[in-house]
Amino acid sequence: MAVTAERVDLRPPGERGVWSWLTTVDHKRIGLLYGVTAFAFFFIGGLEALLIRLQLAQANGEVLSADAYNQLFTMHGLTMVFLVIMPIAAAFTNYFLPILIGARDVAFPRLNAFSYWLFLFSGIMIYSSFVVGGSPDGAWVGYSPLATQITETVRMDYWAIGLNLLGVASIASSANFIATVFTMRAPGMTMLRMPVFAWMALVVAFLLIFSLPPVAIGLFQLFLDRNFGALFYQAAAGGDPLLWQHLFWLFGHPEVYVLILPAMGIISEILPVFSRKPLFGYEFVVFSGAAIGFVGFGVWAHHMFTSGMGPVAEAGFGIATMIIAVPTGVKIFNWIGTTWGGRIRFQTPMLFSLAFIAMFVIGGLSGVTHAVVPADTQQHDSYYVVAHFHYVLFGGAVFGYVAGVYYWFPKWTGRMLHEGWGKVHFWLMLIGFNLTFAPMHILGLNGMPRRTYQYGEGLGWDFWNLIATVGAFTIGVSFLLFLGNILWARTRGIPAGNDPWDGRTLEWTISSPPPVHNFDVEPVVHSLDDFWHRKYAEDEEGRLVKMPAVTGGTLVETGGEGEGDTHDAHEDIHMPSPSYYPALSSLGLVITGYGLIYLSWGWAAVVVGMMITLWGLFGWSLEPITREEH
Amino acid sequence: MLTASLFIAAISACSGSGPQSSLEPEGPIAQDIDDLWEFVLILATIVLVIVLAVFVISLIRFRERKDDQRRPRQVHGNTRLEIAWTILPAVLLAVLAVPTVQGIFDIRTPPEGPDVLQIKVTGHQWWWEFEYPDITSDDGRTLLTANELHIPAGTRVNLTMTSADVIHSFWVPPLNGKRDVVPGRVSFLTLVASEEALVADNGFGPGVVLGQCAEFCGLAHADMRLRVFVETPEDFEAWAQQQLEPAAVPTEGAAAAGFETFNQVCTACHQATVSQPDGTVETIGLENFIEARGADSPFWSSFGPNLTHFGSRTTFGGASLDNVTDHLTQWLANPSDLKPMAPEYNDLAEGRILGMPNFGLAPDEIANLVELLQRWE
Repeated sequence: MAVTAERVDLRPPGERGVWSWLTTVDHKRIGLLYGVTAFAFFFIGGLEALLIRLQLAQANGEVLSADAYNQLFTMHGLTMVFLVIMPIAAAFTNYFLPILIGARDVAFPRLNAFSYWLFLFSGIMIYSSFVVGGSPDGAWVGYSPLATQITETVRMDYWAIGLNLLGVASIASSANFIATVFTMRAPGMTMLRMPVFAWMALVVAFLLIFSLPPVAIGLFQLFLDRNFGALFYQAAAGGDPLLWQHLFWLFGHPEVYVLILPAMGIISEILPVFSRKPLFGYEFVVFSGAAIGFVGFGVWAHHMFTSGMGPVAEAGFGIATMIIAVPTGVKIFNWIGTTWGGRIRFQTPMLFSLAFIAMFVIGGLSGVTHAVVPADTQQHDSYYVVAHFHYVLFGGAVFGYVAGVYYWFPKWTGRMLHEGWGKVHFWLMLIGFNLTFAPMHILGLNGMPRRTYQYGEGLGWDFWNLIATVGAFTIGVSFLLFLGNILWARTRGIPAGNDPWDGRTLEWTISSPPPVHNFDVEPVVHSLDDFWHRKYAEDEEGRLVKMPAVTGGTLVETGGEGEGDTHDAHEDIHMPSPSYYPALSSLGLVITGYGLIYLSWGWAAVVVGMMITLWGLFGWSLEPITREEH
Repeated sequence: MLTASLFIAAISACSGSGPQSSLEPEGPIAQDIDDLWEFVLILATIVLVIVLAVFVISLIRFRERKDDQRRPRQVHGNTRLEIAWTILPAVLLAVLAVPTVQGIFDIRTPPEGPDVLQIKVTGHQWWWEFEYPDITSDDGRTLLTANELHIPAGTRVNLTMTSADVIHSFWVPPLNGKRDVVPGRVSFLTLVASEEALVADNGFGPGVVLGQCAEFCGLAHADMRLRVFVETPEDFEAWAQQQLEPAAVPTEGAAAAGFETFNQVCTACHQATVSQPDGTVETIGLENFIEARGADSPFWSSFGPNLTHFGSRTTFGGASLDNVTDHLTQWLANPSDLKPMAPEYNDLAEGRILGMPNFGLAPDEIANLVELLQRWE
């Protein structure tokens, strides 16, 4: 008993206070941490974007210096990709993947916590560069030899080390999600009964596992070039600058699908609910998602059509890029097919999902124009490309994730976001988005290159740049409304109940917010959209018939062996205990990272950091899995 | 959806505006690319309109109305339909792939023949060096200039390009797509300007088209611009002969004093081919370059632009500044005031030149230098 008491001191099971969040291994809490952190970084990245737009509002802008501008656009890209969209996808995956497949947690709860803390600490580390002499300024792609040119400053070391640490976090969470999907599914939850979002999370996890190693190697080589006089990318010594581009885009292109596929999964959940119809062609949507992931590994060099690979490679990668439009098109058609013949409710989650489809069609088609290589030699590295990938990643991914927030906020908090303000948010964001990015197509075709802090007069770019700036601030206002809505609704929103949208999947069978253990009784799944089929049957024409006996959301299914009353079952559930070792291990890694950045005197920090990480890992492996309760 | 069609309309309405626009080709290669782009645009617009139309019809037709008691048919899919809309885009893309592959091999085939004008391009942070290897003086010097490229209309020009430092990208949208300029590698790009380009005036004078570096290359990437002067073959020939002439060393007045300063300060990085009063012709500054870089002749020829005919250029500082007295005076007082640079990181032996330092020149030294440089037309 004495031992137990000590353990309790070390690892208090408390549910409140900072310490409980620092030590939590609950996938839902970690999901919320991911979400809140990503949202905070989103405002930082958005602020950077607004400064960029202010500078470019007119010719010869004087708001920012070239140096400040180069840092801001680098950090804007890096932030939005690595610190916003990836973690917001991780937030949804963490919170809902286990629930959607009927599990009580992820396969490795402490590894999950480790991933989050490493992401947070790395993000803070990268941003700390602003205070200690300047942030990375070589664009988020960090092309060498520009990235290795100035070794007197540590700006690009922050970038190289920071990205690698974030990569470690992503690999850990990907392994975790894969193990979760393969081993933790509820009885009856076959792979082809999994919600599409779970499928997309699985595909993304595989994409990350296979795509991060090449860039990790590249980043280490780059770090060695910068700090140890290695010559991987130094042309004068026989190194090859293009090697970096291949390694980077071998990661960077699958990364695009890492950003978009979870959002596609989310809207594949939302569309059926608000159309009162099952997803059209579930198998096609699932397999097209997997196909996108697979082909996504074969198109990386379409980012290099002007680098001089030779016409054969260019033709090959151009055609491969066109091929990837096929499974993407399939998804679009299936989504539209889902709405066809339904009874469509235009509530906020649906509005954002529909906008996703429309904007993604535009972004997808402009993507096809990139595959036409001769045309791409004009579009590449111009504002046309900036327009294209914002239509995909903002018009697509961000709209999808915002749809997800409106859809699942009731499940997180038990309260609904304000529908009216949500609609104002939606229209402002849609209009602002198109005002910002549609003109960039024209700017790019009219010869405006990206990553330029100024442009001269007489080039015909002034008008559309001004419009884009107005649009950017409109987006900014819309997100302030969103933030206000969230803060208001947390405490004052309409209580949601278990199943506010008449949902189809397992998360709507449990209370809002869900209990720590998710399910009182392990659910047994009989079909795709299992919860829906417990509420509705189909008549002989295939039309919806409500089953009278069941009221949505209050249903408790007792599993095969689930005899007796559910309260007892609840008592027997063992959830993993809180642990601070994951946070400690990741803190050690980040200290090591700082040491590597300031290598000339930082070796001490490397030693200390590695000791801390080792301490964390030892503690982690030796602590008892479940705290003694009795 | 509405915005989508609006922006397509806007693209067509605003197409071809500006001296750096890919939508107003000034030569056959850019024209081919533009034609291909328009073909894709039309195809994509048709797809966009059809898809969005079906989408909007579905949303309107199947929207939930007040007291809507409809019970939607629970359709789970339709294999035939799904196979159809998998194959249809594939066919459409195959149609697109044919001209794409043709176009790739067209634009990547370097021009050959005796009438091709060869130009060597070197990207530097942050300016362009142009050498015309086949245009030589009697004593064997080649034509060297910076940031302003002169080409004869109707002639195929083959650019052979590399970089002195980091990756750049040569882009003159009205003449061709862009091509990366990579250290340690040689890349090629063909430029052809049409006869019409001679008279086309987009605000920078007839025959002038603009371009700039398209691959982020550091601090002053935005100011690494260039101008192309399309000339008649006769005008081009006259220009070339004039550029091959050495600049005269002034013997008296402010310019002579300026030359003293030039010889002491500027030649650390710049070169100029001058003729002394006694008629001897020499390239000053060349020794410094060879000393720093070794005797092996690199692809490029100097650390800074060759200034022999500086006065004949309309711009300087990576074609980002008009070549007028005011700018030149300010530039010599502190170059980084006019263009963001980082000369504190310069390392000549390593070939790392990140801009022109402030040499702390006195006002009269500056005035003398301005006098000299403007005289060297």
